[in-house]
Amino acid sequence: MYKKLIQNWGNYPKISAEVFEPSSSYIINDFIRKTPKLIPRGNGRCYGDSSLQHAIISTLKLNKFLFFDKENGIITVESGVLLSDILEVVVPYGFFLPVTPGTKWITIGGAVASNIHGKNHHKEGAISNFITSFELMTEDCNIVHCSRSENTELFTNTIGGMGLTGMITTVTIQLKKIETSYIKQKTIKAKNLNEVLNYFEEFNHYTYSVAWIDCLKKGNSMGRSILILGEHAKKNDLPDKYTNHLKTHSHKQINIPFYFPNFTLNYFTISVFNELYYNKQTSKENNNIVHYDGFFYPLDSLNNWNRIYGKNGFTQYQFVIPFNNGREGLTKIMKEITNSGCGSFLAVLKTFGKKDDFSSSLSFPDEGYTLALDFKISPKVFDLLNRLDEIVLAYNGKLYLTKDARMSAEMFKKTYPNFSHDSKKFISIQMERLLNV
Amino acid sequence: MSKSCIILGSNSDIGQAIAHKFALNGYAIILASRNIDEYQKRLQQDISIRYNVPVSLVEFDGTNFSEHEQFWHSLPVMPNVVVSVFGYLGDQEKAVADFNEAYKIISSNYIGHVSLINKYVQQVKGIQTSAIIGISSVAGERGRQSNYIYGSSKAAFTCYLSGLRNDLTKHNIHVMTVIPGFVKTKMLGDMKTPDFLTASPEDVANRIYNAFVNKKDVIYIYPIWRYIMLVIKLIPEFIFKKMSL
Repeated sequence: MYKKLIQNWGNYPKISAEVFEPSSSYIINDFIRKTPKLIPRGNGRCYGDSSLQHAIISTLKLNKFLFFDKENGIITVESGVLLSDILEVVVPYGFFLPVTPGTKWITIGGAVASNIHGKNHHKEGAISNFITSFELMTEDCNIVHCSRSENTELFTNTIGGMGLTGMITTVTIQLKKIETSYIKQKTIKAKNLNEVLNYFEEFNHYTYSVAWIDCLKKGNSMGRSILILGEHAKKNDLPDKYTNHLKTHSHKQINIPFYFPNFTLNYFTISVFNELYYNKQTSKENNNIVHYDGFFYPLDSLNNWNRIYGKNGFTQYQFVIPFNNGREGLTKIMKEITNSGCGSFLAVLKTFGKKDDFSSSLSFPDEGYTLALDFKISPKVFDLLNRLDEIVLAYNGKLYLTKDARMSAEMFKKTYPNFSHDSKKFISIQMERLLNV
Repeated sequence: MSKSCIILGSNSDIGQAIAHKFALNGYAIILASRNIDEYQKRLQQDISIRYNVPVSLVEFDGTNFSEHEQFWHSLPVMPNVVVSVFGYLGDQEKAVADFNEAYKIISSNYIGHVSLINKYVQQVKGIQTSAIIGISSVAGERGRQSNYIYGSSKAAFTCYLSGLRNDLTKHNIHVMTVIPGFVKTKMLGDMKTPDFLTASPEDVANRIYNAFVNKKDVIYIYPIWRYIMLVIKLIPEFIFKKMSL
């Protein structure tokens, strides 16, 4: 056990916490029993304070593979295993993660607790659809086996349940069969928001879709974007020179060795970046074959990229609003952002399909448009986000807890009305803020 | 013949990292620990799934010398690489006051290794090419008041490995002495150590594997420790004895 200053990926907020990092789930009872308030934490890639508490139980040493059915693609791992490790093991056998976020450096336990979604939610749903079962250590220190047929209520409340039902110790998931580890990618430039939303509709049969949006452009070009579509490539899609069809990702990374000065990301530098990024592709449409690492995890090649935002950190703001009146809502939000002058360096738009059958009332994915934005921490930003909250609320949307560090209790109550917290022990500082306790 | 590696002390963090590294390079792994518990069973599953190599579990007691010959006979295969990493840090103050504690430290860190390795050498000498990797410690480079019982047992182990290397080189048995400094392990616990001197178990394992492939004799982890220890060894005794280390 050790005490240290802990922060998640956004470097905001930072809190002092006692961290217990057991290597076996059989030795955690004592810690759970004697600690009045705690929260489980994986690799700390959530952005805000959802896995922070003054006592933290880290799953990082619970990192064992327990079972792999190579015929049917079913895998059981301890909760601290990283998605990157799963990929390394399963890709050579022709399997892939059924759902993956934009980084492979998260733990499977965190993936379940956040009910993560990917670029395929509109077609295949969130990770909940592929979780066969898991084991959960509850606050009375029992290890409970949960699946769709056993302890169904606990199963449901834990998926997307933000670690508030207990600590997940093992997870079994159904993997996706692939022929190659490459993606057939199509990228299309869109002049503005309306055009990209039309493309989303036109290409909604694609398994993977996501759009990068330039958040600084105003007027007719507001919301100019690049829509990125993808399908898993078949063997005969690959050029002959690709000898290893099931190549895994490389370990090469460029490291950001220190925090960049606070002024690094400003209106000017972001607009230069956006200009270059948008115009890198000269044709309207581009088709190529890319490796899964570049397609799903472009930022993973930059180790510690969060340091670019400087020491004060940043916050990510991700909301979903229903398709109904969604265009109008998105337009209002984009206007509010462009007028504020707070540039978001990364802005990513996706669509969600129907809500998952088995997930907590805290689970985020719900049918509609979802936009994720990064903002460097500043007083001006908090004002902007409060204004955005109003619009999100007016359009029946909600925010993603895994990214949040600042939502008000009032906003939470209105947007997650069905949630009631039962455990006194498992609670994050985020939940204390949102429940006003 | 297929390659295999035994980890004597598979409960240690360094031992586990070394097991991963050899498994990654296609070695069948034998994990030897005092008890086969749930953790060792999970470790076995983990390594065999990650690297697709056979992994077996065996029990051994480093200080139960009379069983050591039988131990080697009981193995599924006679391994080509032996990594001897088990040990006991113990409590210096207790060891000074209570010989049982001193004996436990000495037998775990020195006598047990001698007994097991000698018996292994008898089995393989002249029969197969082998490597013996002994994990010693910078604590064995010069006795200090804070841990000289542990340190002297490591010094003896280092000396044993050096003699063994001299003896076995002609028999094609590679003996490698590993001298780690600070390593972020359970043994180090909460002790605060400078980052640039503190290796992770994975880092230790990578360096050991590379040194093994390159047939090195003695390696320090990190190499800077060779110079730190050189300086420490050069301090004249009449000054050293007055220092509080």
